[in-house]
Formats: sequence, structure tokens, C-alpha cells
Amino acid sequence: MIKTDALIIGAGPTGLFTAHQLKLIGLDCEIVDNLDKIGGQCIELYPDKPIYDIPAIPECTGEELTNGLIDQLKPFDIKFHLNERVEEVKNNNGKWEVKTNKGTSFNTPNIIIAGGVGSFEPRKFAPKDCEKFEDKSIFYSIKDKKIFKNKTVSVFGGGDSALDWAIELSENSKINLIHRRDEFRGAQSTVDKMNALVKEGKINLYTKYQLKGVKGSENLESIDIEHDNKEVKNLKTDFVLGFFGLIMQLGPIANWGLNLDKKTINVDTEKFETNQKGIYAVGDICKYPGKLKLILSGFHEGALAARACFKLAKPNEKYRFEFTTTSTNLLKRLGKKE
Amino acid sequence: MTKIVYIEHDGKSHSIDVQNGLTVMEGAIQNNVPGIDADCGGSMACATCHVYVKEEWFNKLPKKEDGEEDMLDMAFEPNKFSRLSCQLTVIDELEGLTVQLPSKQA
Repeated sequence: MIKTDALIIGAGPTGLFTAHQLKLIGLDCEIVDNLDKIGGQCIELYPDKPIYDIPAIPECTGEELTNGLIDQLKPFDIKFHLNERVEEVKNNNGKWEVKTNKGTSFNTPNIIIAGGVGSFEPRKFAPKDCEKFEDKSIFYSIKDKKIFKNKTVSVFGGGDSALDWAIELSENSKINLIHRRDEFRGAQSTVDKMNALVKEGKINLYTKYQLKGVKGSENLESIDIEHDNKEVKNLKTDFVLGFFGLIMQLGPIANWGLNLDKKTINVDTEKFETNQKGIYAVGDICKYPGKLKLILSGFHEGALAARACFKLAKPNEKYRFEFTTTSTNLLKRLGKKE
Repeated sequence: MTKIVYIEHDGKSHSIDVQNGLTVMEGAIQNNVPGIDADCGGSMACATCHVYVKEEWFNKLPKKEDGEEDMLDMAFEPNKFSRLSCQLTVIDELEGLTVQLPSKQA
């Protein structure tokens, strides 16, 4: 069980700056995020898109903003738990006990939810029967590519993931590549490579088709794909891979007894505390009158929530407001003074 | 104000007067029309404000800009009348625009 002054859920820009604020005022914190990398929506949804409304930064991409925030955390020692999703939050004598899906557990007086719109999960196929075969014959990510050797694999999607896997697996597997339109959004060089393999007969390409149904009892046997003009084709296949990017799902947060408003969490605007003492929500996921879903709002909310954490983390000390320009304490924590 | 008609997947219809300049997505969100999530808030980054535009309206809309079709690849059950409602700005000419909502957004 890891003891910490505050646990941050979400390593997006708001979570990162909240960590900065906690460490600056002398509190420990750890960060959990379901993605395999730091940066949240900025890195997952728009790493290359410019952002123009960060104060004092006229223009930066999602990736640049993330890198800047990570740089700003350099003076501090912060443990990240990536690829982990918080599943359970329970109150135990005024402290919160938190468990992730990987079995990591925390004991903390403060939880700051900086979860954006929830955790990123793969987008799945529409037909209901697909669930039955999920993780057996239908996959949304690949852990062990050896299982596809000498089998027929049907790959869906038009981005780099779909194309890269279709190309790579075509060496040892029979590949069907299925996409809903003629254009692919993958890199041009990858599209060219794919087209060459289609000419060589190593990839069977079906465009303007989507998955309509799956067939099989124990194991997947075949799939029906439907053309824009409603024509249906049946393809024998051993495996199906779907690459439709990620979607945000609120997930387990819905079960923690918080006062939710659709996919957001109601908070006060003094501490950004939820209806549960010691649980705060900041950034896109929080809701209060006048809430703006801007990154700069998340920074403000995180700074205030961090101050609120102080009281529960160090009940016998008094928090004193200080400036980084003048405070010896803060400059020491920032590594600028001995 | 321009009238936009949102039809839920089960056929329930919402006729909403939306202020010009807002998007069809914002019109739905501000008036609590269920079935449009708009997780990313309108930055064309999530494909959860996906709608099917009534055929007779589809060609009257401004063409898709770069990136919208790419995002539609990720939408739930897209078809040839699919649009992202965050990219449709409400103007007088759209009086009576009718959009159908998918059974879910993801």
C-alpha cells in the first residue's frame, strides 16, 4: 500500500500542473493514468494541433505543451503509474483507499480527479455479437503477433495502426483489409506500401465496406461485411482486428458516490471539492456555474485544489501563501537554492 | 434563431430554435438533446457528435473540411450522410435542417 499526501487521477495538462502545485507547497503526490504515456487528450487527440490560448504561449502544439509541463516538474520527484486505471475508491477512517486494475493500492487523504472526460478505451465494433469473441478472435490492440501466423486476419480501419499491422502481418498471414471509404488517413508512404502489397496479392483490399456481423459458435468462423450500396460479402477469417482509435469513457468514476452531472462532477469553486470530503475534481471533468473547458481553467482549479489538500495531509501545520519569486522555502523545493 | 430538428435513434423528435452562429452540436448540448456526447467540446477530435443528415439536406451543407472525414472513420456506424455536428454552423439557410442521431456515439 503506497501512502501519499495526494493521488492525482489523470496525467493530462491539468493533472501535471496540479502535481507541480502540490510539490511546490510541500506535499507528496503520485499520478495514475490509463494511457501508456503522459499528456492526456493533448497527446492522444491533438499532439500536432496548435493551441493558441495558453497565457504567454502564443502558439504551441499539444505535444509541446505536454513537454513543457513535464519539464516544469523536473525539480520534483513524482511517481507516475501509467497504463493503470483506478477501479476502486473506498473510505477507511477518513482516508481514501484506492485500487487500480493492476493491483496497485494507495492510502491517501486526498484524491484529485483530473480525468478529462474519463479514461481512454479502444473504440469497438458496432455489432453486438463481437463482444462474444473479444480477446479471443477479435482484438483492438495486439499483444502477441505470433498467434496470427498462417491464419486469416481481417483488419478494419484506415489509419496508421490498421495499415501498419496489415503490412506487417501480411508476411506470414492472409490479410483482408477493410475500410469504410477509398481514402486512407495513414501516412502516404504507408498507403503506397499497402497498395503495392495489394497488387502482389498479399493483401485483399475491401473499401467502402464495414463490419455487419460475425459468425461462429465457439470460435469465430467468418464475418459479413456490407458495402455502401448494401451488398454483403462473407469472408472466412480466423481473427478480426479493429483500429478505430480511442474514445473517452467515464468508467469506474461513476461508482465512487460522487455527485455527477452527465459525464462531469459537481464541485465547489473554493476547493474544487466534490460531495465527498477529500475528493476533488479539476479540469474538463469538473462542473460549476460558469465552468469553461479551457486548459488555463484547469491550471487555476488544480492550484486551488492543491491548497485544499494541505489541510487534510498536514492537519497540524498551517498553510502559508508564498511567492516563487521571494520564498526561500519554495526556491529550495525548486532546486534553485541550497 | 433557426429551427433545427434532431431525431433520436428511437424516433423521438426535438425541434429546437438554435441561435445563429452556434453549431448544430452546441444546439443539442445546450438544450439537453440526448444522443450527442461531444466529448472534446467541438475541436473535431473525438467523433462523438456524429449525426446522419437527412438526404435532402446533405448536399446543401458546406463541404467537409480536412480532417472531418478522418474523424468519421472512427465514428459509430458512419454512413454516406454522416457529419460531425460540431462542424455545422447554424445560419438562416439551414431553417428546418433535420439530423438523425446514431444509436450511440461509441
